[in-house]
Amino acid sequence: MAIVTTSKKACSVNPLKMSQPIGGSFAFMGLRGAMPLLHGSQGCTSFGLTLFVRHFKEAVPMQTTAMSEVATVLGGYENVEQAILNIYNRTKPEIIGINSTGVTETKGDDVEGFIRLIRQKHPQLEKFPLVYVATPDFKDAFQDGWEKTVARMVEVLVDPVEAGAARDAARVNVLPGCHLTPGDLDELRTIIEDFGLKPSFLPDLAGSLDGHIPDEFTPTTIGGIGVDEIATMGKAAWTIAIGAQMRRAAEAMQQKAGVPFRLFERLCGLAPNDEFIAFLSEISGRPVPAKYRRQRGQLADAMLDTHFHIGGRKLAIGAEPDLLFDLSSMLHEMGAEVAAAVTTTASPVLERIKTQEVLIGDLEDLEELAKARDCDLLITHSHGRQAASRLKIPFYRAGFPMFDRLGAGHQLSVGYRGTRGLIFDLANLVIADREANHQPTPDTWRTTDSGLQVVPPQLH
Amino acid sequence: MSSLSATIQDVFNEPGCGKNANKTEAERKKGCTKQLQPGGAAGGCAFDGAKIALQPFTDVAHLVHGPIACEGNSWDNRGSASSGSDLWRRSFTTDMNETDIVFGGEKRLYKAIKEVIEKYDPPAIFVYQTCVPAMIGDDINAVCKAAATKFGKPVIPVNSPGFVGPKNLGNKLAGEALLDHVIGTEEPDYTTPYDINIIGEYNLSGEFWQVKPLLDELGIRILSCISGDGKYRELAYSHRARAAMMVCSKAMINVARKMEERYGIPYFEGSFYGIQDSSDSLREIARLLIERGAPAELMDRTEAVIAREEAKAWAAIERFKPRFKDKKVLLITGGVKSWSVVAALQEAGLEIVGTSVKKSTKEDKERIKELMGQDAHMIEDMTPREMYKMLKDARADIMLSGGKSQFVALKAAMPWLDINQERSHAYMGYIGMVTLMEQIEKALYNPMWAQLRRPAPWDEAGINWQTKAMAQMDAQAAEIAADPVRAEETRRARKICHCKTVDLGTIEDAIAAHGLSTVDAVKEHTNASGGCGACKGRIEDILAAQPAPVLQAAE
Repeated sequence: MAIVTTSKKACSVNPLKMSQPIGGSFAFMGLRGAMPLLHGSQGCTSFGLTLFVRHFKEAVPMQTTAMSEVATVLGGYENVEQAILNIYNRTKPEIIGINSTGVTETKGDDVEGFIRLIRQKHPQLEKFPLVYVATPDFKDAFQDGWEKTVARMVEVLVDPVEAGAARDAARVNVLPGCHLTPGDLDELRTIIEDFGLKPSFLPDLAGSLDGHIPDEFTPTTIGGIGVDEIATMGKAAWTIAIGAQMRRAAEAMQQKAGVPFRLFERLCGLAPNDEFIAFLSEISGRPVPAKYRRQRGQLADAMLDTHFHIGGRKLAIGAEPDLLFDLSSMLHEMGAEVAAAVTTTASPVLERIKTQEVLIGDLEDLEELAKARDCDLLITHSHGRQAASRLKIPFYRAGFPMFDRLGAGHQLSVGYRGTRGLIFDLANLVIADREANHQPTPDTWRTTDSGLQVVPPQLH
Repeated sequence: MSSLSATIQDVFNEPGCGKNANKTEAERKKGCTKQLQPGGAAGGCAFDGAKIALQPFTDVAHLVHGPIACEGNSWDNRGSASSGSDLWRRSFTTDMNETDIVFGGEKRLYKAIKEVIEKYDPPAIFVYQTCVPAMIGDDINAVCKAAATKFGKPVIPVNSPGFVGPKNLGNKLAGEALLDHVIGTEEPDYTTPYDINIIGEYNLSGEFWQVKPLLDELGIRILSCISGDGKYRELAYSHRARAAMMVCSKAMINVARKMEERYGIPYFEGSFYGIQDSSDSLREIARLLIERGAPAELMDRTEAVIAREEAKAWAAIERFKPRFKDKKVLLITGGVKSWSVVAALQEAGLEIVGTSVKKSTKEDKERIKELMGQDAHMIEDMTPREMYKMLKDARADIMLSGGKSQFVALKAAMPWLDINQERSHAYMGYIGMVTLMEQIEKALYNPMWAQLRRPAPWDEAGINWQTKAMAQMDAQAAEIAADPVRAEETRRARKICHCKTVDLGTIEDAIAAHGLSTVDAVKEHTNASGGCGACKGRIEDILAAQPAPVLQAAE
């Protein structure tokens, strides 16, 4: 049981955390024909937008209410109205997803009220899907913005279903956390469909940010789940939520449409996938396809091959709670020691991480802990690159953002197959590091007069 | 905030800015940018601009006072290169939380400054103000002053919260902070008649190091570069330079002009993009230094270096001529700095079939015609779909543009090269031009394109999304042409003035209603050309096309 502490520093150095509003916009990007809109100054949007473009290497739709100093003080009704009208007229979206920011929350803009007025004033918008979520920058983190936004989508967009109404036994809702990549979602879709089930992903980043070439140029998202499909999600037999952050949305779905849910806190590793596959077999009433029996065997073999390299490694990991829990648990199960764990925001999973202490802090904290505890494997997002070069230990990039390597959208960690690929990559990283930096020399094992070794052996 | 608004007014009054002279008193007060349009705006905020301008000072700790969004979402995002300290790449932010919003963030900021000094001991700290602390009234000037006194270290307030305006305003506010608090506060160990400042150069991808060896060879010392690979102390004594070069953009024109005003340092606006521009800039540096007392023989040495480097560069470019024969380029850039690139591209044998003129003035356009011939495609403002059509219609082989339009080209399976800030290659000086040619060759001749353009086995030949997109556009055009009302609507909706968002219909109506005959009169009635002034030529054309009586009235 880990003790969760919060950094006491006044100055955050090399932040691990990103802001909550862009986590909200990110969720809207998994909806078809969507335009995410941040109610704030234009920088609020442009920083987020740039970050997404650098991560995915794709055109990313995202707009701003462009609040000026004066508008901020007087209130942003007109800016919200103009922004919605401009987006509605110019980009012909199917939905506009609005998140507030620190600027407009400090003023206290009543955006729900604004939207009601706007709908009254402009009849063409009366029924148009507008979803608003309050996400001040000065509270919480990226993952929280995603969590709140997906829950709100369920509350607003899913049609209520009466108790006792017939359900579609083959339909499954999937509520993925923000730590899953478009590649992960595609993998999950394949697995679920192989059981004869029809999944609806909310949100579905695999439809919009997987890099496919769209049939048409569109200024909104080029794919994702449609508003029409979301409306019918209440008819599904089950909801599968992935990551503790998705409990809120799953509960909202249950409350609104009576859909029972099963929460999978992890989908990386052997045991979590056994549970997942068993569950799919149970709800579908079908035996596990031969393909997954084989994949399980392959993962088991990969674990045997890689444990020589991963076992005993001292891991320093910085990630948002659900990704941190997933990866650190898997590596703990492979014999690694979780020596330093830093995260961004509170979560019920943190105290169950297999380590002494989880720190809500920044990458300076992680770097110092990794140094003090002699860590020899670093896992965090791309901003860890400076720390990695100073620590001179192998560095595996995981999470958002990953802007200095390609293929971020397709990095896999879920399923037997995803786990297999991940542990091979990690083990290879360790092997490459040993070859490059830890070759034995004639002096490696030479002892001094006092009997102490000059250089500790570096063979793992 | 009153001092901030005064500073902003002062920046807007920049007499060194050509565009400013075009404006009325009232317009000048409004500022140097178009009104931001909610739901239709792109680009960074004033804080972004300030940070971009100052971040390349390498040994300074850059501390952002605000909630996590401002720094957490944006840090370590620029490719400036440093020859020394890497402190500038570390990120420092107060990461304000709810309690700070309620009780004020000044104490946290003060403690943060203390922590940074204790841990990293930088020669100076730049403290950036953002929207939220500005709203709740955190006085960063006072905090910085108190901290500077207490810790005996320069703590510089950069007052540029995002909501005061766009990126380019932030660039200038950053410049004001340097002028107010840093420049002139220290003295150099020694000075020489060959000391210059380079202003507005960020050393992206280390590109300035493609030019610096030439300056070194000539014995010209860069006293301070603002701000690429810059150091705090050099900045503090930069007022002792003999001359200054303001590099291409007008981002820091206020710094250049005020340093001339206060310290008598003459400056010129130049660029090191392209062979001709590089030579011109070297000559101009030598000329200004000689004017300020350097020995006249500097010019002879400069000419010798120019002759040698030009000969080397042209010889290197010669190699590409057979490879570039009959190859066509579409050039989409924001500004004028592409001119020198155009010359080099043409010298290498590339044909330029189109270029963007959205921000070009009438003179620019004349120059395009001169360089590219009368039938050059000039692109005003394009949606991605139109841009694709342009690529097809112009039958271009490669597109050179900024990062924003890259996805259009790449998704259309067209070779593309980034020539704006985000690029990862250095294209400066004589060497840089040759690098550019190498990159163009690499992109053009990549065998991958042929495969990418093949239809999928299940697609009918020739029926792919590209042809579908084209067919759609053609259908739309035909539909519009068939319907006179819509055709007229479309014609009138054409954007004439991009800065002030004025369309053709509005201008025509104003001309008809008030019998207008001059651009100034049109400006008065519609505000068109009240921004950058680039659309004056278009308005002249509209006036010329009006029915005779109006023209007679003009004479």
